[in-house]
Amino acid sequence: MTRTREPESKSKTSSPSSSSTGMKLIVPLQGVVQGRGGILLGSLIPCALFYFFQLYLKKRRRSNDKHPSSNPPSPSSSFPELPRTPSRSNLSSRGSLTGVRLSRLATTISDDDSAYYVGLNRASRDPYHKLTNPDGIIQLGLSDNTLSLDLIGDWMRKWGSGGDDGLSINGIATYQAFDGVDELKLALSDFMHQVMGGSVHFDTSNMVLTAGATPAIEILSFCLADHGNAFLVPTPYYPGFDRDVRWRPGVDLIPVHCRSADNFNLSMTALEQAYSQARKRGVKVRGILVSNPSNPVGNMLTQDMLYNLIDFAEDKNIHLIVDEVFAGSTYGSEKFVSIAEILESDSEYIDKRRIHIIYGLSKDLALAGFRVGVIYSFNKNVLATARKLCRFSSISAPTQRLVTSMLSDKKFIQDYFETNRNRMRQVHHEFVDALSKLGIKCAKSSGGMFCWADMSGLIKPYSEKGELELWEKFMSIAKINITPGSACHCIEPGWFRICFTTMSLEEIPLVIERIRRVVEVCKSSS
Amino acid sequence: MTTKENKKPPPSPPSSSSSTSGGGGTAMRVIVPLQGVVQGRGGLFLGSVIPCALYYLFQLYVKTRTRHRFNSPPTSPHSNSTPSPSHNNLPELSVHPRSLSRTHLSSPTPSAFLSGRAASLAADSPYYAGLYKAAENPYHEVDNPEGVIHLAVGDNKICVDLVEDWMEKNLSGAVLEEGGDFTGIGITGISGCQPFDGVMKLKVAVASFMSQAVDNSVFFNPSQMVITSGVDPAIEILSFCLADYGNAFLVPTPHSPSFDGAAKWRTGVEIVPVPCRSADNFNLNIAALDQAFNQAKKRGQKVRGIIITNPSNPVGNLLSHETLRSLLDFAREKNIHIISNEIYAGSTYGNEEFVSMAEILEVEDHDRERVHIVYGLSDDISVPSYKACVIYSCNKNVLAAAKKLARLSSISAPTQQLLTSMLSDARFMQNFIEINRLRLQKMCQAFVARLKQLGIECARSDGGFHCWADMSALMRSYSEKGELELWDRLLNVAKINVTPGTSCHCIEPGWFGFCFTLLSEKDIPVVVERLQRISEATK
Repeated sequence: MTRTREPESKSKTSSPSSSSTGMKLIVPLQGVVQGRGGILLGSLIPCALFYFFQLYLKKRRRSNDKHPSSNPPSPSSSFPELPRTPSRSNLSSRGSLTGVRLSRLATTISDDDSAYYVGLNRASRDPYHKLTNPDGIIQLGLSDNTLSLDLIGDWMRKWGSGGDDGLSINGIATYQAFDGVDELKLALSDFMHQVMGGSVHFDTSNMVLTAGATPAIEILSFCLADHGNAFLVPTPYYPGFDRDVRWRPGVDLIPVHCRSADNFNLSMTALEQAYSQARKRGVKVRGILVSNPSNPVGNMLTQDMLYNLIDFAEDKNIHLIVDEVFAGSTYGSEKFVSIAEILESDSEYIDKRRIHIIYGLSKDLALAGFRVGVIYSFNKNVLATARKLCRFSSISAPTQRLVTSMLSDKKFIQDYFETNRNRMRQVHHEFVDALSKLGIKCAKSSGGMFCWADMSGLIKPYSEKGELELWEKFMSIAKINITPGSACHCIEPGWFRICFTTMSLEEIPLVIERIRRVVEVCKSSS
Repeated sequence: MTTKENKKPPPSPPSSSSSTSGGGGTAMRVIVPLQGVVQGRGGLFLGSVIPCALYYLFQLYVKTRTRHRFNSPPTSPHSNSTPSPSHNNLPELSVHPRSLSRTHLSSPTPSAFLSGRAASLAADSPYYAGLYKAAENPYHEVDNPEGVIHLAVGDNKICVDLVEDWMEKNLSGAVLEEGGDFTGIGITGISGCQPFDGVMKLKVAVASFMSQAVDNSVFFNPSQMVITSGVDPAIEILSFCLADYGNAFLVPTPHSPSFDGAAKWRTGVEIVPVPCRSADNFNLNIAALDQAFNQAKKRGQKVRGIIITNPSNPVGNLLSHETLRSLLDFAREKNIHIISNEIYAGSTYGNEEFVSMAEILEVEDHDRERVHIVYGLSDDISVPSYKACVIYSCNKNVLAAAKKLARLSSISAPTQQLLTSMLSDARFMQNFIEINRLRLQKMCQAFVARLKQLGIECARSDGGFHCWADMSALMRSYSEKGELELWDRLLNVAKINVTPGTSCHCIEPGWFGFCFTLLSEKDIPVVVERLQRISEATK
């Protein structure tokens, strides 16, 4: 023991010369390099360095680190890379304001515009009208149904003159549940029963009513996932999902690509792959968000596929959100199967608490302006939370009353659906026919309000750039607003979503004529 | 030269020690692995690795421990800063919204994960507990005379008859538009083409109504409006626009119980209370504001703005011209926003004159960017369930963002149609505002006078729907616990649902909010008689 100390003392005594002290002053780390004073300095210096490094990391992370406090059980989410990018906000807020800072969300979303929204804005500024603005832009980018609006108008006129007390404000001043009055829920459950094939019973206690399907999706995102978590979404998907799920809930959407070769049907292998890739990146996947009938393609999930999805969700212990807002807008030969139907027939084997259905009247009854949406869930906790969050998007009383009496008119609803289905079938058939004469093929569809058209033959560089160039041509030459596939996150360029329910049979030739102009321009330039 | 000599010795000791100590030495090394460190051998390497490892493990330990505590950042700061309001005391009123343990309790099954923020909303404050209870068993003069009299929601029933009359006369015309032609809303209103932030027609009508409410001293520009479905979404949208997750707003207390949800739940923004005291009649004190700001800053919170309510809710006092000016100065100095919640602007009845923030801005031009006014359309005209509210801002970026966020809480077409025609009926509105004011004044005076006979004093109020009453004399102990106990007695014994001060984060215990606009004149004796029972039982 003593011996081992010898060399050190030796070296100390053997270095009394002035030159070595000078060296010591100049190179203070010398001792460390040479192993003298090793323990003390060797432990102090790395500790100090490590401490400063930690301090630095902490300071840098503090601003980002505020989010993960809300999602405790997920250690992976400590670096959320989501829309709230700090770099961007600082740049734009400094420049545009006199110093009052806005939130990152506000600055990110004020310049977050995909072609979908740019198109909508441009079309609304210069809308086509047969007489007053024949050169205006024809709006085919929305998901609207004006085919049977006359029926609704008739009903409203009758109702208005009938002296119904639907809008009287009795009971309005008392405390009203944010999640909708029971009468409306009851009427809606009957209505949904009818729309979803007549075999399912919807329980009003599992319903939460919101001001449209849009907030319904947002509320579910808030309930099911924390900031930085993700949902799997088959592409192409509805462009609005990006806003509803990403903006405020901060939940990421992971695309599961579907391809034209399968007619854009979902494949379980692609789903599995997307899931495991996300897991590898450290992203927590909390659910699958699918639309059925799909928007924009218009195909439907088969019964087998629904079972597969349920199994997948069960297997990974995640949620399944099915957006069925187009359930009543079917016209094809395929039969629509609601997930509720499967849950009812196989209730013993399925954990219902992970399945949530979104429905609304915007599409099937063409009442988008009325803002009536439904969350239908079997999960008590989700329902309780959603009821509380409803205060931010509740339906106003007069609308609730109006819709209640409309839905209770069984005969009207029956007539409406029959007429609407026939008209949709007719317009769809005519339009697809006319498009194919121009050499434009559409994906096979049986529901929804869109043609999903393949115009890849018309785009010059086969890429997203070429697609957006063609879209620009549609806007400027043809004056038609349609939705480019890239806005729907379609992986193959050249696909466009065309809403056919905003035109009447008589307008089809006009629209086709305008499309022909673009086709000719493209052909002559190539 | 000396270094050369020095370099040799260090490597030699290990070899010499191992060669000399023989078998005993190796055994020692196996048994005491730290020996090398103790003896200074291999010092550099082990001396650095071991402390680092220890330090790292320590950090890890601290981190895992704090993570649990970090789950409740939005609630903990204010319970730190204000001693009284942490309504933890009644066992059935579960509080502390964001504790992790509860999440697991409430979803005990192996079912899929629910978000932490969803679980955080599971708790109910007494305010909401009271609402549910009152909704279950509502008082009715004839049908249910033993039911709960509900005085906790800021609704105005006083002028419902006027609105009813109007509806009867104009209903079909209002919804179906001129000539009963529904296609009016049919095409523009029903189609999704309609802007989410309200149609221009409604905005124009609102602008003229708002000008009318402040006696035409201000011109409101319709293009600076975003219409949302109610006050809560309006406040929420503004919080989303002005503050990031973890930032804070200064809010004078007592404030409306719904602020907690609107400003905090989904946005993750924190509320820093600025306590106002009964000695000042709960008027806002700039010194207290400054103090709260500095304390928040010391805690490392970024304060992004102030939310004021004018006329205040629940107290009902008005912010004076001077206070508004100094608020603006304060905001300018700290470079923060002001959200001025003026939902009761049309419901003033006192002698003092209401001054809107907009009036101040007419003069102070350069501060427009930082002021955002929330105006509650439906509350002022007695139809709160119509759920219409206006965000008025001169900040282009805020407007742009709010317009986009309005898609998530948009107002429905029939309601827009109804409100547009109601607000455009200038004669009706003029008449309505006048009668409403008179009735509010009468009811408030009558109710306050009767409370006074019972020995209950109210804070002076000039607007809004509440009496802010001091019932500290009826409490069994002067504390938050005593207050909630009294509230419980009022609800379950006297069957009156009122808002306890705790729910409004009032710093002094014993104050309660009575919404007198839910009463009719013949209800007053019933309420007073029920209160008397409680007051006698206390004595």
